[in-house]
Amino acid sequence: MHIMEGFLPHPWWEIWFALSLPVLAWGVYKMNKMVKENREILPLLAVSGAFVFVLSSLKMPSVTGSCSHPTGTGMGAILFGPWITAVLSAIVLIYQALFLAHGGLTTLGANIFSMGIAGPLIGYLIFKLANRSGRNMYLCVFLAAMFADWTTYVVTSMQLALAFPAASGGIAASFQAFMAVFAITQVPLAVVEGAVTALMFKYIVQLRGDVLVRLKVANDSTIKLLREASS
Amino acid sequence: MKLEITVLAIIALFAALFIYQSSTGVHEWAGADDQSEKVISELTGGTYEPWSRPVWEPPSGEIESLLFALQAAIGSLIIGYFLGYYRGAMRKKGAPMEGEGEARSDA
Repeated sequence: MHIMEGFLPHPWWEIWFALSLPVLAWGVYKMNKMVKENREILPLLAVSGAFVFVLSSLKMPSVTGSCSHPTGTGMGAILFGPWITAVLSAIVLIYQALFLAHGGLTTLGANIFSMGIAGPLIGYLIFKLANRSGRNMYLCVFLAAMFADWTTYVVTSMQLALAFPAASGGIAASFQAFMAVFAITQVPLAVVEGAVTALMFKYIVQLRGDVLVRLKVANDSTIKLLREASS
Repeated sequence: MKLEITVLAIIALFAALFIYQSSTGVHEWAGADDQSEKVISELTGGTYEPWSRPVWEPPSGEIESLLFALQAAIGSLIIGYFLGYYRGAMRKKGAPMEGEGEARSDA
């Protein structure tokens, strides 16, 4: 989903930086505060960041005959909220921009916005909503991670459409063209990402259900029920 | 185990989709990022020139895949380390958990 180096003209690359940097700064602040208050969350924070690392390195083939990669941001969004996930994504995006020529430094603002902010925010909201309706928690995680992934690519398509409106049909027409490349390719990948995230979440429930309670992701009785169901 | 089976089934379906597709037609399997580059040049009539270049590019496909593999390896290492650590800590505490049955029999 990364917009490549130099592929966002002025003024768009500045606009996306202007939108992303304050969120990133807020995320760094929140993350420091959270870790200081509660050192026990540090390993789970590392695991969530690592999850983004792994999933965003896997380029997978899709129904459109092209390849794309998942984002892995759903886990961080569910556990720590979208602000902190923006920081985790930024780390991965910088790694890929510097060492892999994947994405870029000038397009970093736009890429942080799609992968680190928009996707996780939608994932977070979907998790909260679905969870409140009392559905199976793993299903909620699946939905959240799937939509976090997919939203990222929809936003990327939108960013490119805004920067490159078609001569005839304008932004709407080019949005359609970019959606055909990104969003359709992404559907099966998003489903797989949702499933894998749900499984990962299950292991966290089993191993550190107490931290999930403290992070207010789930309450005590839910964790107990989930553990009993799996044993 | 139900969730594990469901996830495996989804992954198997994904793989089957890929096998079916690559057997029925010729596909490039190119990155979606490269394809978007094509769309941009179609939309602008080929006039758009990227105004900056990556600071460094992996000199070959091999080195690129090395760095991607490294990224995945670092990530999996961290995940495996902490989940393994927690699992061990939990077993020591004697809390009941899945997979505990085998562990008790060899103790």
